[in-house]
Amino acid sequence: MEILKYDLLIIGSGIAGLRAATAAAWASGGKISIAILSKIQAMRSHSLSAEGGMSAVLYPEKTNDSLELHAYDTVKGSDFLADQDAVQVLVEYAPKEVRYLERIGVPWTREPDGRIAQRPFGGMSIPRTTFAADKTGFFIMSTLFSETRRFDNIHVYHEHFVTKFIIENGEFRGVTAYDLKRGEFKFFYAKAGIIATGGAGRLYRFTTTAHSTTGETLAYALREGIAIKDMEFVQWHPTALVPSGILVSEAARGEGGYLINKDGERFMKKYAPQKMELAPRDIVSRAILTECMEGRGFQHESGMCYVGLDLRHLGEEKINKRIPFIRELAHKYAGIDALSEPIPVRPAVHYTMGGIHTDTWGRVLTADGKWVRGLWAAGEAAAVSVHGANRLGSNSLSECSVWGRLTGEQAAKYVLEQPPLSSPDGKVVEIAKKEEARVFDKLLHKEVNAPMPYEVKRQLNDIMEEHFGPFRHGSAMAEGLAKLKKLRDISSYRVVDSSKVYNQNLKDALEVDGMINLALVIGVGAYARTESRGAHYRLDYPKRDDVNWLRHTVAYLYGGEIKLTYTPVTITKWQPEERKY
Amino acid sequence: MKSLVVKVKRFDGSKTWWQEYKVDISSEKISVLDVLIKIKEEQDPTLAVRYSCRMAICGSCGMVINGIPRLACQTLISELGDSKIIVEPMWNHKVIKDLVVDLEPDFEKVKAVKPYIICDTKEIYEKDVEFGQRPEELEKYYNFAYCIQCGLCMAACPVVASHERFLGPMALNAAYRWSADSRDQGWKERAKIIDREEGVWSCHLAYTCSAVCPRGVDPGFSIQLLKAALIRRTKKP
Repeated sequence: MEILKYDLLIIGSGIAGLRAATAAAWASGGKISIAILSKIQAMRSHSLSAEGGMSAVLYPEKTNDSLELHAYDTVKGSDFLADQDAVQVLVEYAPKEVRYLERIGVPWTREPDGRIAQRPFGGMSIPRTTFAADKTGFFIMSTLFSETRRFDNIHVYHEHFVTKFIIENGEFRGVTAYDLKRGEFKFFYAKAGIIATGGAGRLYRFTTTAHSTTGETLAYALREGIAIKDMEFVQWHPTALVPSGILVSEAARGEGGYLINKDGERFMKKYAPQKMELAPRDIVSRAILTECMEGRGFQHESGMCYVGLDLRHLGEEKINKRIPFIRELAHKYAGIDALSEPIPVRPAVHYTMGGIHTDTWGRVLTADGKWVRGLWAAGEAAAVSVHGANRLGSNSLSECSVWGRLTGEQAAKYVLEQPPLSSPDGKVVEIAKKEEARVFDKLLHKEVNAPMPYEVKRQLNDIMEEHFGPFRHGSAMAEGLAKLKKLRDISSYRVVDSSKVYNQNLKDALEVDGMINLALVIGVGAYARTESRGAHYRLDYPKRDDVNWLRHTVAYLYGGEIKLTYTPVTITKWQPEERKY
Repeated sequence: MKSLVVKVKRFDGSKTWWQEYKVDISSEKISVLDVLIKIKEEQDPTLAVRYSCRMAICGSCGMVINGIPRLACQTLISELGDSKIIVEPMWNHKVIKDLVVDLEPDFEKVKAVKPYIICDTKEIYEKDVEFGQRPEELEKYYNFAYCIQCGLCMAACPVVASHERFLGPMALNAAYRWSADSRDQGWKERAKIIDREEGVWSCHLAYTCSAVCPRGVDPGFSIQLLKAALIRRTKKP
């Protein structure tokens, strides 16, 4: 087992991770050593699938927009579960980040005078979504990855799968990782760490997210005493392509697209008469599914019910300029031309509002609110929380960039204040060696009678889709929880591949092993929350309940079981009000 | 239900062999990647394939399918028009395992051309201003910024095949993209890096790079634009 020493480890290479790296590299004046560990090739993280844009108040004097309005929209969108002090940080730093990204070369779409163009998005009262055509995430990702190449003190470790966080006496000490390409196990010993591993869309079957978005690191964090917050809030994006689940950006509706049912009716007028197609995602998703349940959807040959996303009236020029990728994807994967036919869409899992429990600045917390010294979390992996019970479209790219930067800067400062890293003591090396044995000896050992990871993942997906979907019910969730607990009892997997180099089969088993625990966090939290708020909707408790439930769910592991505790929501300006669009 | 025969070129670190899989599919509107994942999950978990986004934007799944370098997720069975599919790892790259090749040498070549805005770095990190860019300035490099670093152009390039040090289409395209950006002042630095035999001058204009690019980037054209800028000694390509 090779031991590598770094001042700062960044786990995950999406927008949050890469931004943390450039911020830390600059803030330390090039003095600290930084490693980015990615389980895939670092420039391929799921952030690049983001299409629509990044929200920020850029030109308040020209557009009459304000930070306060952006904050209010976000708080209302969150169904009042967002922490309002954190939202304030988001809206203040987002414009700075858009400009930073502009300076490092992101090809933002422009107005004729050279200003950055902005478009309307769901739940935003003014057009404030900054974009680079409809490949915004891709352009930010590729530009940020390129930017990391400027710094000699940033080392990128592609295809290094982190298997464990090492935390001793409340302090972060490093991680262990499986280097797929070389087939080696490594211990990265470090002073500080930032977890930026993204969401967990693949807990579900029908999802817009990449195959790699599996969320196991959140469960690994849970094992080390870190708490997970608000995980029951799972976002369904209203418009995913049928039958693949590929994302059709909200930009399609931002640019003026309609949603129609099989009678050709713009049904959103019944659900959100003012905002129509640009209501927040939880509302539009439930509207589409309600149309389907009441028999007004179209039927796909795969058995899926869907509605039409109609772009025909936008015209060829606008579509080609502003949303060309949508046209391409619909043509390729659904076989239709958006110029002449509506695109078949239905809601798919898209984003996890919940994540690692942190304070406003991204410091990682245990269930009793203690900071795990030296450890931060940023982006979708973290729950700061700015999205509360429902995230507004285009707030996530802002969140990733803002907290990437903030955590990177803090970590750099922290590292510089610590004494130089000595050699790891025997105890932590022992922990790392034990982990190597678990992964290479125990998991790689062929358990003939154990189930295949793929079979387990299929069952997990079935349970999540059936019992923890957009419409939840106590009795169905209780059944789902029982099934999940049975899955958790699986203690080993059948790993057929016995090689060490690029053993994806082993990697898949490690992923599934973490996914089950994270699914349980969602299940336990959702079952306990006897109200409907944002994306968490219960048929048996259809109303929001501010008296009992205006609080964050905090899940932690105790004696192998998931326990819940709750923390208050920070309210600075806006008291909860009825949420109408 | 349709039956496919998928022939995969495999490698386990020491030996290479061809393996055939029979796969039943219910629709031809699925991608070669979907079929490979199906093989992996249902028949042979030892098969190594690199993949992630499945929507032709992450650049993971470049491979040679029926003789043409392409992304597996962007190649539908219906487009191949054949029930026999032959899949091999990308050419011109060291194979790690099965369909997974080592792209890190390609990434290092891109790094060598300094793929970022060259100016006073303090301006970038300490001034909260916009550099600004007019739509016509954006147009100059926009199409070349679509590169997803999948490596297909490197796999298709006949010069890369025999000239290991040639920077190749992926890196040279990056050199153009960054130099043509109105915010960048790095052309002089980059010109030195590419005005060499291993730089633009080894390109023989086969244009196979442009032919296989899954994002329509046209690196063949950006290389010619670089050559033109060098010959004309322009201040910016």
